[in-house]
Amino acid sequence: MSEHASAKSPLKGYIAVWIALLVGTGLTVYAATLDLAPYNAAVALGIATIKATLVALFFMHVWHASEKLTKLVVIAALFFLLLLLGLTMTDYATRLWS
Amino acid sequence: MPDRSAAGFSQDAHTETHDPALLHHFAEPQQQRDAASLGMWVFLATEVMFFGGLFCAYLVYRRLYFADFAAASKTISMGYGATNTAVLICSSLTVVLAVWAAQTARRTLLIVSLIITMLLGVVFLGIKGIEYAEKFEEHHVPGASFSFDHVPIPGHPGQYADPHHAQLFFSLYFVMTGLHAVHMIIGLGIFLWLLTMAWKRRFTPEWHTPVEIGGLYWHFVDIIWIYLFPLLYLIDRHP
Repeated sequence: MSEHASAKSPLKGYIAVWIALLVGTGLTVYAATLDLAPYNAAVALGIATIKATLVALFFMHVWHASEKLTKLVVIAALFFLLLLLGLTMTDYATRLWS
Repeated sequence: MPDRSAAGFSQDAHTETHDPALLHHFAEPQQQRDAASLGMWVFLATEVMFFGGLFCAYLVYRRLYFADFAAASKTISMGYGATNTAVLICSSLTVVLAVWAAQTARRTLLIVSLIITMLLGVVFLGIKGIEYAEKFEEHHVPGASFSFDHVPIPGHPGQYADPHHAQLFFSLYFVMTGLHAVHMIIGLGIFLWLLTMAWKRRFTPEWHTPVEIGGLYWHFVDIIWIYLFPLLYLIDRHP
């Protein structure tokens, strides 16, 4: 861990990420009560993705990972997840065409 | 404090002075830490695919039966879901504090952080239990006694949700939150083990790999919940 090597306290960053995650949770709940027509799901998923990215980058130390392979594994996992969801939906979303 | 179980091999296998916290086949501690966390990330990648199948099923049926899913989603408590999200986020903070405490040899902070993390985990499961109990009382658990008659579809006065489609939502709800809860229970077991190891002063700034790896697992379970909360609790909530 680079925080360990650089001896700089990462505590402020952790607290900032924690506050951002709580604010994000509040925002999701608030946004769900608004009528954004087709964009409610997009807003909810967008906030969730920002929160998940914050957790992965800073709490799980992907940002400071000294090993590039770690980043490769994360990106590969996301790639195959999107492949699963994307290809499935290209099938289901076009089935009723005639 | 040197840890022979961490070193793994007997010291007389080679003559040069050897860091007891460093396994024989690693060149340096950094490489050892990187290898351990890389292994955990590969496991988490398989977990992404494990949960990914369920998210995929959810996506397909939510698209097909959106109105019924919205009606069913309205019957689960947004308050419990939001509270549990906050509880897990706080537990993620105490987990990074635990990892930092292990890195910087702060034993008291490490033990306190691990205990608070476990308490928050128990609070999460307790709230989940209350939610499940309410669903059983309302006959919203899929099966022979499932009942979802005359539940209005949000935004469409006079229209009622199809109980079969609502049952599909609750099947996904129970399987996804249930699988997540199983991960939480496993996480509590891991953290109990970490706590006993920390109590026995096994962790040092040179070797605290289990704290880091266990922390990665806990954060991953948190990330799954960050997606489950809006997907299951917040479908079409606006009045």
